[in-house]
Amino acid sequence: MFYREAGDFKTSYPEDSQTFPIKFDRYRYYVVLAVAFLIIPFIINDYWANAVFVPFLIYAIAAIGLNILTGYCGQVSLGTGGFMAVGAYSVYKLMTAFPEVSMLIHVPLAGLITAGVVTLFGLPSLRIKGFYLAVATLAAQFFLVWLFNKVPWFYNYSASGQISSPERDVFGIIVTGPNTEAWAKYMICLVFVTLAALIARNLTRGSIGRKWMAIRDMDIAAEIIGVNPMMAKLSAFAVSGFFVGIAGALFFSVYLGAAEVGESFGIDKSFLVLFMVIIGGLGSIFGSFAGAAFMVLLPVFLKNVFVGMLGWPTDLAAHLQFIVAGGLIIVFLILEPHGLAQLWRLAKEKLRLWPFPH
Amino acid sequence: MKLTAIAAAAVMAASPVMADLVFPDLSYRTGPYAANGIPFSDGYQDYFTLLNERDGGIGGVPAKVIECETGYNTEKGVECYEATKGEGALVYQPLSTGITYQLIPKVTADGIPMHTMGYGRTSAKNGKVFSNVFNYPANYWDGASHAINHIMSQGDIAGKKIALVYHNSAYGKEPIRTLEELSKKHGFELMLVPVDHPGQEQKSQWLQIRQQRPDNVIMYGWGVMNQVAIQEAANIRFPMENFIGIWWSGSENDVLPAGDRADGYKALTFHNLGDDYPLYDDLRKYVVDAGKAAGAGDQLGSALYNRGMYAAMLAAEAAKTAQEIHGTGDITPAMMRDGMEALEMTEAKMEEIGLPGFGPEFKVSCENHGGNGLGAVAQWDYAAKEWKLITGYEGSDQDVIQPLVDEDSAAFAAESGIEPGCK
Repeated sequence: MFYREAGDFKTSYPEDSQTFPIKFDRYRYYVVLAVAFLIIPFIINDYWANAVFVPFLIYAIAAIGLNILTGYCGQVSLGTGGFMAVGAYSVYKLMTAFPEVSMLIHVPLAGLITAGVVTLFGLPSLRIKGFYLAVATLAAQFFLVWLFNKVPWFYNYSASGQISSPERDVFGIIVTGPNTEAWAKYMICLVFVTLAALIARNLTRGSIGRKWMAIRDMDIAAEIIGVNPMMAKLSAFAVSGFFVGIAGALFFSVYLGAAEVGESFGIDKSFLVLFMVIIGGLGSIFGSFAGAAFMVLLPVFLKNVFVGMLGWPTDLAAHLQFIVAGGLIIVFLILEPHGLAQLWRLAKEKLRLWPFPH
Repeated sequence: MKLTAIAAAAVMAASPVMADLVFPDLSYRTGPYAANGIPFSDGYQDYFTLLNERDGGIGGVPAKVIECETGYNTEKGVECYEATKGEGALVYQPLSTGITYQLIPKVTADGIPMHTMGYGRTSAKNGKVFSNVFNYPANYWDGASHAINHIMSQGDIAGKKIALVYHNSAYGKEPIRTLEELSKKHGFELMLVPVDHPGQEQKSQWLQIRQQRPDNVIMYGWGVMNQVAIQEAANIRFPMENFIGIWWSGSENDVLPAGDRADGYKALTFHNLGDDYPLYDDLRKYVVDAGKAAGAGDQLGSALYNRGMYAAMLAAEAAKTAQEIHGTGDITPAMMRDGMEALEMTEAKMEEIGLPGFGPEFKVSCENHGGNGLGAVAQWDYAAKEWKLITGYEGSDQDVIQPLVDEDSAAFAAESGIEPGCK
């Protein structure tokens, strides 16, 4: 009914292989983009920006990054928090060293630096797999946090070891620091998340993405049919690191404004992003968004319901929130191990056939 | 989008009644720091409940406390700040140095004052740079100096080895600069022993202390880290009278788990302890017995409950001062800031409140947002299960601290483009 394909003819290969081949899907995508770019910036306020949209968009970038590595290339990483810290500290060093340069340059540069670091930590993946690789990335997580705590150069020798983001602009519009308007924060994150999703989507359906998936599904078979495992794995680490670095840079500079490595980029961050990817759906760009939305919005939503609407004590609400969120995660994983993205796919299939299921 | 609508409704439902004086309480009753967060928050809320029940509010205007759970987590702290600032919040007290660092630029931009009593960024003492941040009556660097002064009062410090066991975060790192300066000045050797969040595992740190045998240990800990450190110190038979904690490492919850082995442990404080004050009669009568106490209502008289109550009392007094200055009961955050900057605590005032001799006398000014930095040493008496003050309130070494405050605040001013000056 809704996903009617009748009359939706494709007359060329590019049309046939586009991201949203069904017309209804494509229009829905344009509507989402239009709402995100043209409507939300005009109605957003500080609370919605800082508590809902900005963290959601930034975690979505991080989840896309980890999804490329874990979901598409099959390399488990528990170092996401540490890698985000690399992005955050590189953008901090860049912002303080070159104050006049636009954030639109600093953030991708921080992403590139992170890509380099992550590739370095990806080298062991050529020899070890699975759980052992997870442990190696876990080591990266602890090493990086220790490094940023230990070497004062990274935090410009500040007495407390905190880094705080100075005021920087994009085309004269302030995007970091306390005087940033809510819409400016939102827009810079939205621009990066849109670009990240576009790049990731097109990489994963191109030849490089097919190589990643071949490695994920069976690396020996992939090698036999001519995929170079070193190039495939390291490129996945690099691309993943690039996105995670951008997420870390925005997380520190736009969202938090001040950060401390152990608290903001600890091991729990790594697990949070990994949960997003697993709940959202491994190997799906939409899943990265769905997982980020689930993990970021659910706690805020529950808190507003329990404390704001029902007036419950805050500690009860906080504990209940853990129970509800944890319970939902288990329910989702039992009912749909392939994540929210698979639920979405199934719903689409159903809608395509509706109202005649056979 | 349905979710958006419901959440929007939730925000609306919690919307302001502008006539109240709003005091947000960014508390933490969950997580590894809850043992310390709960008594502070209970004390903070109970004092405002008392004012409402007994006096009908502050200057006739009822006070309203909005509690928001942060879990000592900076991201949740930011969410709490954004969620409550629209309700006319008069002053923020996040009880977390990490959240304080997040909020310093934000409150300055939004024109809301923040009071970080005995924590936060020490150089906020310089009100010419930190116009909206206050940290009276004492700060971390005062604490470091008090600890060293106390060690010096017990014998020659030159040549001694002193270890700093600290929470490896902005909070724990704060005193390092001061201690380094003091070690140069007095000729003792400083040994740094960081403990990572949350601090449940400290075997290696205390092994290091056992091997290197420092003469004294100073601790800057918080939450579960305190209990573990005191137990580990007892395990290696470190003499408790040589172990001294900052005021955040000196609550009953910290020493009770170690039992009698914690007897003699020392901690600093900048206010008095116990519940032997006239105010407590009122608290019991109007709040606890009336069933209006925050939390479980079982924290009265504990060190951190007293501190929370003291924080609320200073906030209420600042609000009163602001009402007098501006001649209106319904004050705004900007007026509250003026009230805090003009706050003067005298013995007469504290006696009137029902807390005679509870805290030091001090006067806030634009040049000095940090009070006089007086502090005392308390010692844990296991048999009586209470803290006993073993010294009077003494000053800290301002010759060392003031230049550091000037230096750090100047660095902040340069970094964030603030022109130092009084409003």
